[in-house]
Amino acid sequence: MGKSIIEKIWDKHVVYEEEGKPDLLYIDLHLVHEVTSPQAFSGLRMKGRKVRRPDKTFATMDHNVPTDNRSEIQDKVALNQMTTLEKNCHEFGIPLAGIDSPDQGIVHVIGPELGLTLPGKTIVCGDSHTSTHGAFGSIAFGIGTSEVEHVLATQTIWRAKPKTLKIDISGTPNKGVTAKDIILYILSKHGFDFGTGYIIEYCGEAIRSMSMDERMTICNMSIEGGARAGLVSPDETTFSYITGRKFAPKGEELAKAVAEWRELASDDDAVYDKTIEIHAEEIAPMVSWGTNPAMTSRVHERIPYLSDCKNEIERKSLQNALSYMGLTEGQRIDDIHIQHVFIGSCTNSRLEDLRQAAEIVKGKQVHSNVRALVVPGSQQVKKQAEEEGLHRIFTEAGFEWRESGCSMCLSMNNDIVPAGEHCASTSNRNFEGRQGTGARTHLVSPIMAAAAAIYGKITDVSAMMPEEAVK
Amino acid sequence: MSAFTKITEKAAAFDRANVDTDQIIPKQFLKRIEKTGFGRFLFNDWRYSPDGEPNPHFELNRPENAGAKILIANENFGCGSSREHAPWALLDYGFKAIIAPSFADIFYQNSLKNGLLPVTLDAEKVAQLLQKAEHENYELTVDLENESIFDTSGFKAHFSIDPYWKKMLVNGWDEIEITMQLDEYITVYEKAQ
Repeated sequence: MGKSIIEKIWDKHVVYEEEGKPDLLYIDLHLVHEVTSPQAFSGLRMKGRKVRRPDKTFATMDHNVPTDNRSEIQDKVALNQMTTLEKNCHEFGIPLAGIDSPDQGIVHVIGPELGLTLPGKTIVCGDSHTSTHGAFGSIAFGIGTSEVEHVLATQTIWRAKPKTLKIDISGTPNKGVTAKDIILYILSKHGFDFGTGYIIEYCGEAIRSMSMDERMTICNMSIEGGARAGLVSPDETTFSYITGRKFAPKGEELAKAVAEWRELASDDDAVYDKTIEIHAEEIAPMVSWGTNPAMTSRVHERIPYLSDCKNEIERKSLQNALSYMGLTEGQRIDDIHIQHVFIGSCTNSRLEDLRQAAEIVKGKQVHSNVRALVVPGSQQVKKQAEEEGLHRIFTEAGFEWRESGCSMCLSMNNDIVPAGEHCASTSNRNFEGRQGTGARTHLVSPIMAAAAAIYGKITDVSAMMPEEAVK
Repeated sequence: MSAFTKITEKAAAFDRANVDTDQIIPKQFLKRIEKTGFGRFLFNDWRYSPDGEPNPHFELNRPENAGAKILIANENFGCGSSREHAPWALLDYGFKAIIAPSFADIFYQNSLKNGLLPVTLDAEKVAQLLQKAEHENYELTVDLENESIFDTSGFKAHFSIDPYWKKMLVNGWDEIEITMQLDEYITVYEKAQ
């Protein structure tokens, strides 16, 4: 019987196994940021412990950082968290892309960009969207602060072998359908916890023809379905992305690595605990209307009716969501008016996301009722976008062009959506209060966000796209 | 981590599904660099009205739930972000165990690491408990060693937990200490790479 990529990577990383215990798994890359690490470093200090492998650890600051004026940070509590990270990295010898570094950015954007994220690796970070790195054919998952401390001290983690879930996406996506719409569609169809206890492998025609940026968007939101990790078997697209990256292997070393990475792909006869099949043709541009990412519909549909609910729990959830969102049952999705647009986050802030959004925005104006923000995922993305002139397209249309960070995805800094207002957001969570107390989030793709910015309401972007733009 | 063996405490009904970590501890409180003191921010946006006064409609603000140490909730409790501030806040508020039909993975793990016991029971049993806990001063016993939950009015249920985690919790062991005893295995692994 063949093995899936998940089993291949797992088996290679088991350091110690014993009956009745989880496996002790070796961690190849530990990414660290300012919010979930200070208590872990304090724990090490209290016990006089060291960081076992600072060379396999890399830190940046992203959650808290201001994306407007960085010369003087106003939020002193946030500033303290940032300087604490600087001190900790200095004391324990961990490389840091600090706020002034040209490599600074959202941890899940810079890992791949710097060539730290590589196929076959085990990767952890104190952030649930660590699943993003799975796009390269690695097992990558989010951990809590106790485990951050454990990995810092031992470079290992205790984990029971997870179950495997194959999601096969066949066919070619319709016009206006992006990777974001595909993952939102999967969530809308299979719910918010179909992946709990599983690692997902995404495969099929639609995945194979995707770029790395698109694969990252898909893997990123695995956690929204409950799966800690989601991955894609590496292929030529993966290897060519990695080539030339700052910390990636080079020359002969790269050739050797690529030969090994080719062996990682799941065997044809690999067996999975569960399989889900998705047909890309069923998918349209998607919009979330509720308070979890599975509360999502196609742009031309209506919000469900209370009478459609299968049980009392579902009915109560729908009722709560509608009351929080200020929407009514049966309302048309494209009737929702928007006051804020956020293009950014570890889900959708990479160069291709910005290129696609700019294509829609080009020569148009942001609606007078809308405040719109573009927050590039990293300083490198920002620089490349500026070299291509994307920033001018956005600013001329009325968007704000910001410095890199997590920004309005979780609004820990001052990028906040006011209570009661609706935001078309390319981020990953639409929980109550996520973008600000009382803020109403609609999860969409970058091109759908761009369309909402121009029309001031949810708008089917596919109608704005010329036929030849079909991807 | 302090050890968890058996508790008999007041239980509060919290009949909500998909309670996410953004609700348990909203992001504006994640900027602190300590592990303690998060209890007063627990469920902040639900617990307080916009004027800062306690919201009288919020379950945990009801007088009958004062001092509850066991929380009974609905499915997918703790979904969303990996913030360990969520179990820290629940513990600091006073909770020692959470009972629900299902938990999100990361939250479940984070709770175990901090000695907050997540108990998974089938939805029917949870529905019974939710009803019982609506009454004033409903007390429940959670016995980790015997993996059972019972009250004095006829409710009894068995729950299961990974034996490894049970041992860790019952003894209050430090996981890092245990792993460090396996240092030679880690070193051998590293040398082979």
